[in-house]
Amino acid sequence: MTSTRSAGDQPSEGRQAAVTNEGSSPLLSGRDLVLDFGATPALRGADLVVMPGEIVAVMGASGSGKSTLLHVLAGIIPPDSGTVTYRGTDVTMMHERERSALRRNAFGFIFQFGQLLPELTCVQNVALPLRLGGIGRKAAERVALEELARLDVVDTADVVPGRVSGGQAQRVAVARALIARPSIIFADEPTGALDSLQTEKVMDLLAKAVRDTQFAMVLVTHEPRVAAYSDREILMRDGRTSETRDPA
Amino acid sequence: MSVPRTLLGLLQAQNSSHGYDLKRAHDELFRSERPLAYGQVYATLARLLKNGMVSIDGAESGDGPDRKLYSITDAGVTDLDSWLSSPEQPTEYLHNTLYTKVVLALMADRSAADILDAQRAEHLTAMREFNRRKASGDLADQLICDHALYHLEADLRWMDVTAARLAELAAQVKG
Repeated sequence: MTSTRSAGDQPSEGRQAAVTNEGSSPLLSGRDLVLDFGATPALRGADLVVMPGEIVAVMGASGSGKSTLLHVLAGIIPPDSGTVTYRGTDVTMMHERERSALRRNAFGFIFQFGQLLPELTCVQNVALPLRLGGIGRKAAERVALEELARLDVVDTADVVPGRVSGGQAQRVAVARALIARPSIIFADEPTGALDSLQTEKVMDLLAKAVRDTQFAMVLVTHEPRVAAYSDREILMRDGRTSETRDPA
Repeated sequence: MSVPRTLLGLLQAQNSSHGYDLKRAHDELFRSERPLAYGQVYATLARLLKNGMVSIDGAESGDGPDRKLYSITDAGVTDLDSWLSSPEQPTEYLHNTLYTKVVLALMADRSAADILDAQRAEHLTAMREFNRRKASGDLADQLICDHALYHLEADLRWMDVTAARLAELAAQVKG
């Protein structure tokens, strides 16, 4: 089952696209996804549809399969069965090289621990997706500086990640996820390592950036305060997604 | 919230004030969903006056029904100090309607999980609304909304724990 309740029934400002897109094609959809890790079933028929411009929170207890679902939707782990469709194309049928290009060009990732490269400065980290896309160093770092400024961490530009605070590092990671202008962000417990105030700062900036740019976001979290930044939530239990309320 | 103590606190801060000004200060500072009614302000002031917590310093005539100037008395200051320094009793959290619904659902073989899921969605909808209000509000709005958000979050954590233990609870309540 997939939750079809649109935009939390009460769309926030700037989220109108998600609502007016009702009836248009999904940006991303996972259907009847099944995946076993050895004898342990991780996904047992999970569904999720993401419309353009929509933030969907995936909630559930530890071990319910929410992070696995995100990895499968993002084309990082192939499912045993089921389909993942991005803009109408079946991602599971793509060659790994195509999937890799899709992840690099169309998807942005934010994880609990920023996963910044420790030997690069923050601006180099943020510029990395553009550099991998073939843009020259100077041009890429100029854009990276703008992105860092937007997230209020421009003063970390020339510092390596090990020398900035957890909240700053996570904002740098957000900047890196946004810089290539992906059409969908996959965020897995993006504030899991932060205190309440830093969580709020990071989520304010992340949600605003997503709204400003009309990206979509799949937001895996067990924290209600983080889920409250979404337009709607789905709940995972034992590898299945379920509606949290009857959409009628 | 204790309206008498709140009015006493405002009177202490302002030295003396009219009922009208107290009502305005209350609504501006505390942003409650329902503004304080004038009738409640004057009734409360009358009761505080009767109990010796406030006194009337004077009155202005010809400008509405009540332009009396109130100020806090020593007894009022003592009462206010006592209230401010007493922690609130958190017993209200024991009277949990949702828990009652869950237990009754389990006893009737209805889906308690559905009840928790519906409540979870309702809470998240409310949290989104508070987030929106915070985004456009000043610091007072932000802190007032934070208070609501943290309480709603605590409720949601309780719902998660309860959802995980429904089978155990069902066995207990059904004997």
